[in-house]
Amino acid sequence: FTYFKVTHFPCLPSELTDQQKEFKEVARKFAQEEIIPVAPEYDRSGEYPFPLIRRAWELGLMNSHIPEDYGGLGLSSFDSCLITEELAYGCTGVQTAIEANSLGQMPVIIAGNEAQKKKYLGRMTEEPLMCAYCVTEPGAGSDVAGVRTRAVKKGDEYIINGQKMWITNGGKANWYFLLARTDPDPKCPASRAFTGFVIEADTPGVQPGKKEMNMGQRCSDTRGVTFEDVRIPKENVLLGEGAGFKIAMGAFDKTRPPVAAGATGLAQRALDEATKYALERKTFGRLIADHQAISFMLAEMAMKVELARLAYQRSAWEVDDGRRNTYYASIAKAYAGDIANQVATDAVQIFGGNGFNSEYPVEKLMRDAKIYQIYEGTAQIQRLIISREHLAKYKR
Amino acid sequence: MAARVLVGVKRVIDYAVKIRVKPDNTGVVTDGVKHSMNPFCEIAVEEAVRLKEKKLVKEVVAVSCGPQQVQETIRTALAMGADRGIHVEVSGKDYDSLGPLQVSKILAALAKKEEASLIILGKQAIDDDCNQTGQMTAALLDWPQGTFASEVAVEGDKLKVIREVDGGLETIKINLPAVVTADLRLNTPRYATLPNIMKAKKKKITNVKPGDLGVDLTSRLEVLRVDEPPQRQAGVKVETVEDLVGKLKEAGRI
Repeated sequence: FTYFKVTHFPCLPSELTDQQKEFKEVARKFAQEEIIPVAPEYDRSGEYPFPLIRRAWELGLMNSHIPEDYGGLGLSSFDSCLITEELAYGCTGVQTAIEANSLGQMPVIIAGNEAQKKKYLGRMTEEPLMCAYCVTEPGAGSDVAGVRTRAVKKGDEYIINGQKMWITNGGKANWYFLLARTDPDPKCPASRAFTGFVIEADTPGVQPGKKEMNMGQRCSDTRGVTFEDVRIPKENVLLGEGAGFKIAMGAFDKTRPPVAAGATGLAQRALDEATKYALERKTFGRLIADHQAISFMLAEMAMKVELARLAYQRSAWEVDDGRRNTYYASIAKAYAGDIANQVATDAVQIFGGNGFNSEYPVEKLMRDAKIYQIYEGTAQIQRLIISREHLAKYKR
Repeated sequence: MAARVLVGVKRVIDYAVKIRVKPDNTGVVTDGVKHSMNPFCEIAVEEAVRLKEKKLVKEVVAVSCGPQQVQETIRTALAMGADRGIHVEVSGKDYDSLGPLQVSKILAALAKKEEASLIILGKQAIDDDCNQTGQMTAALLDWPQGTFASEVAVEGDKLKVIREVDGGLETIKINLPAVVTADLRLNTPRYATLPNIMKAKKKKITNVKPGDLGVDLTSRLEVLRVDEPPQRQAGVKVETVEDLVGKLKEAGRI
């Protein structure tokens, strides 16, 4: 099997280009000065952070994947990840609302035709609109092939009926990427049975459900969406009938690195908060940071954050360099999701009783972290992918 | 109407960084420490860019004096909307001793060379807190000055400047060309947006040596020693107003 060459992998901050450093700086400043002060209140109220999203849009921090031809910046995955980590440091609820745009857009970016890209990507750069990736259903999450939403061709239209669930930006999207089954034959393989569509959210029959109250990332808008006899023109099919599954999965190779970056941003925040606290709080006559029990915890938290960062950077660099990055993207997402939970939990532990309390910032981090092991491919699905890719190398 | 504005931007240690004095007491630790544009310089750049957006000036030129790293600061100004930059190369011992006198000589020379009719600077830098460069530059050029500006308006070929002074606000009218120094409430500087950062890469930064401008960088000052401020002493709590008065008398304060 192939060994990788670690030539020119810009893993050290000193090796970032000037432009990358400047981008990171804008994102960091925005997170520190505008997201962090208001994040606790958004978490309490669950209100959608549209003012923050609008600001991020104005600064060019959103929609980074949209190519320049459609008004976007056409940033590399690596650059997008740098920005994502900084925003997530501020609040992953806000960052997820922003990231959901990238996920919804990715099928159009990779499989849309010129007209579709112009129409659906172009409008995102003209005003701060949201979109959503509509695949999961109440009965099918990890098992995407189990999606039951039906698309029936009728003349020049498709009639959609079904129920989607846990759709981020479900109630705020201007349009959705929808995966529906076009071939009713149960023997038809997943690779041919599904079709990807772009649906305008105001199409009659599209009904977002109530905003779901979740454990964490509470300001992010998550809803069920019902499709009742929704009519989509055939022009809105991506690539062609039957190409949907591949498109839906293909999007993940590009969106898993930023999700991993988001989890890393949360972990870094947890590490920073815990470290600052440990350098202030005293017990048994010393700063708690001087007790090895705590300093060893901080050391292990630091190890995890640094490695998660390297992992997402590698996965972004691979895809930017034109290679299939499935293996690295899964590793990054799985690892970052797991360590975000560990580091956030440890941060609460270091804060002690204060950590359990809502007036200190770490309990929110612990609640926000959990979803990173679930969305964008559960921790278990990532292991399935990694083992498959890993074993394939040996079987060759 | 001023055609060309010169804006001075200084690279300083970031305001959020905890400053530490070097163990040899010759200065503060700068290696590996986060630097950014002096906040008052950001306000100056913002004001210049706003004047350009209102079409009251044609070109905004950002100037910084120092080693290679100041190009980052100039680029930030470009990303905020300045048209081009000038990097005056000063490094080593010259940079260590660079102060308002030298910088004002450089700015005066550049203003003549670039035919600028307005210079906007921050009122002071947050590292040395000198609050001298604007005033010295105006004196060297024999131009009027509007310092501590909290509002600037162009009125024909004159500038109306509202200044923040100890007693409140003072409104003056000065002829152009002039030097203005920006105070905190002049404006809220914009972020450099990502698209503007990318556009800024195409903007030009020219390199100039102080010698080319005929400026002598010799300093008249010698830093003898740098120390941390004394640790803040704990206060004393008293029970009554009489106790408070008594303690103040004891300390010779009243």
